[in-house]
Amino acid sequence: MANIAFRGTPKQERELRRFIRKHKDQPGALMPVLQEAQGIYGYLPRQVQQIIADEMGIPLAQVFGVATFYSQFTLTPKGEHTISVCLGTACYVKGADKILAAIEKRLGIKAGECTPDGLFSIDSCRCLGACGLAPVMTVDGEVYGKCTPESAVEIIESYYEEV
Amino acid sequence: MTMTIDRLTEIKKKNEELVMVRRLVASKAEEMAKHTAYRKQILVCGGTGCTSSGSHKVVDALESEIKEKGLKDVLIVKTGCFGLCALGPVVIVYPEGCFYSQTTPEGAKRIIDEHIVGGQICKDLLYPETVHADGEILPLSKTNFYAKQMRIALKNCGVIDPENIEEYIALDGYKALYKVLTEMTQDQVIDVMLASGLRGRGGAGFPTGRKWAFCKSTPGEIKYVCCNADEGDPGAFMDRSILEGDPHAVIEAMAIAGYTIGASQGYVYVRAEYPIAVDRLKIAINQAREYGFLGKNIFGTGFDFDLEIRLGAGAFVCGEETALMTSIEGKRGEPRPRPPFPAVKGLFGKPTVLNNVETYANVAQIILKGADWYSSIGTETSKGTKVFALGGKITNVGLVEVPMGTTLREIIEEIGGGIPNGKKFKAAQTGGPSGGCIPSVHIDTPIDYESLAQIGSMMGSGGLIIMDEDTCMVDIAKFYLEFTCEESCGKCSPCRIGTKRLLHLLDDITKGNSTMEDLDKIEELSAHMRVSCLCALGQTASNPVVSTLRYFHEEYVDHIQNKRCAAKKCKDLLHYVIDPEKCKGCTLCSRNCPVGAISGKVKQPHYIDKSVCIKCGLCKQNCKFDAVYLD
Repeated sequence: MANIAFRGTPKQERELRRFIRKHKDQPGALMPVLQEAQGIYGYLPRQVQQIIADEMGIPLAQVFGVATFYSQFTLTPKGEHTISVCLGTACYVKGADKILAAIEKRLGIKAGECTPDGLFSIDSCRCLGACGLAPVMTVDGEVYGKCTPESAVEIIESYYEEV
Repeated sequence: MTMTIDRLTEIKKKNEELVMVRRLVASKAEEMAKHTAYRKQILVCGGTGCTSSGSHKVVDALESEIKEKGLKDVLIVKTGCFGLCALGPVVIVYPEGCFYSQTTPEGAKRIIDEHIVGGQICKDLLYPETVHADGEILPLSKTNFYAKQMRIALKNCGVIDPENIEEYIALDGYKALYKVLTEMTQDQVIDVMLASGLRGRGGAGFPTGRKWAFCKSTPGEIKYVCCNADEGDPGAFMDRSILEGDPHAVIEAMAIAGYTIGASQGYVYVRAEYPIAVDRLKIAINQAREYGFLGKNIFGTGFDFDLEIRLGAGAFVCGEETALMTSIEGKRGEPRPRPPFPAVKGLFGKPTVLNNVETYANVAQIILKGADWYSSIGTETSKGTKVFALGGKITNVGLVEVPMGTTLREIIEEIGGGIPNGKKFKAAQTGGPSGGCIPSVHIDTPIDYESLAQIGSMMGSGGLIIMDEDTCMVDIAKFYLEFTCEESCGKCSPCRIGTKRLLHLLDDITKGNSTMEDLDKIEELSAHMRVSCLCALGQTASNPVVSTLRYFHEEYVDHIQNKRCAAKKCKDLLHYVIDPEKCKGCTLCSRNCPVGAISGKVKQPHYIDKSVCIKCGLCKQNCKFDAVYLD
């Protein structure tokens, strides 16, 4: 993963620098800046962290420390489609572990990884609050409720058909 | 523009009748509807649960039908959560109060065609419980799910349009803020909060009035008000629903808190995983600014207050108050030792009041209706109501609000509609990863802070997960430990190492690699963690283990001594077995077994050698006669 080349564009960099300049003087600006940066680039590679450190006038280590503390931030790129399986308690008692296992088996990767073709990445997440529909998974933010291992795999297949 | 009481009253009057149609019994509502511009109002739940079930498609279908038919006297309102999430998408038609459940876009078309235009209620689409045997349609308040509930914090959820501040004002919104700013001193507000008995709904139950009093008495030019909306307990969605359904209640309460302690700036720290809640809160804050409830010189009293939203980034520990503040400061969200308490030295080193969303949702009503009213609800030590997110193996999954002192049995059997599929109740889990499991012997315990603590659990923020006989309690304890182990921030070693060791011990039990002595080790380690961890995450991390060990001791023993998991959840303790009655001797399984563990002659029952089997499950997948099972 780490050797995937950074493909940031000058336009993205301008956008990020503009955001930082606007917000850097507000107290506690680093988190919103990281969130914005991840929104622009999709992830937070070292190059992006460096831009943030330079622009905000803080050490790179501090940026790295915060970026690695929170699970929302990722230092590696995600797949074109991000699959997220809820492992909250309500989903877990209704068999979420089996759904995650079925998806991992179908795509041949583990949670936290990305398929070699860059199409899919899987994450497990903690409670989306859609417990009424447990077990729940999301693909690119679209929520699929009352999943079974079979229906989960079918959902993945439907994205393959789209490609 | 400065808001005045006259303008507030005017807005209330203008919108009151429209909103009251949704709160009155059908006959009175019909009368009221005649005074409004709308003959019918269609309320659609736009909470996360119903949105995930496709309620936005239902709204689209309703809107296009209405446009096509040119119905100008029909209003569509997207509200927050009605509570009955399992039956989403939920649609209610007023003034009749017809409750349509699991509505599809096709169903939405029928509702417009047959009900709105044709005047015939689509009875087959209604929530079955609202249709009486003789065909009469019952109001929602008469159904089991709603009958025992009492809505204070959720008062406006599912009633008003959360993106329209005027509907909030119509139901006395921002009147409490006016009252506080113009009629009450800071100490009077604190007295009311103290007398009401309101305690923190985030879990620990600290009296809100006392927290405010501490902060008010701390000297300081700059102070802050914070709202904890970092609802991280898996299976809990109370705060999300309040923010989605009634964001102004939180904004108003934070302004009241700001006046009381002498703060002019507030922060709402909300999970980034709650996009709908964040959007509605943003809209609400902007509207509140526009109408003059936030900003400079509120109600012309010289009081300034404004709010900012900060998004969490997926760290459970940030639900702990000191960690939350560190995170708002833009740092790693690690907790710090207390004292000094936040009321003395909190956000950016200044005195700070931090309350949870649900706590704030009670404040304005306490101010308006008085401390006596509030303290008349609930038990001796726990006043008011509590919102629970009811989930797991229960029929009516959803959001419920009950007076303190309601028993678990009432919530499960009456409101929750019991356990589905004829299974037996085994345990209820409250308090998430910090709480414990309540076994069936304690099902009649009245729920309040003290009685839950007494039986080894805790109130927590309100996640209530129901488990049936298929749930393995060792596995559940392990599930929670996996969670806390992953979420431990690593700052203090008792938590960083303790959670990991505890998890290892549990893991060994579920794999059949442990001895009875390990149970003593678990007890000892848990006791150490309780006293030596820096914050509540570590101090309470062992609760799920300790409470299951206390009530389901024999299940642990069964795992350790008999290497048996009765709930058939711990995979390593299970074995594939062939039922000789069902096996036809087709040899498919033995031909597919990758390790040659299956023996048997053609047309005779086969047998699996447990010592060779690697439990890949291929035999079970391949068997055409369903003869392979797990034991």
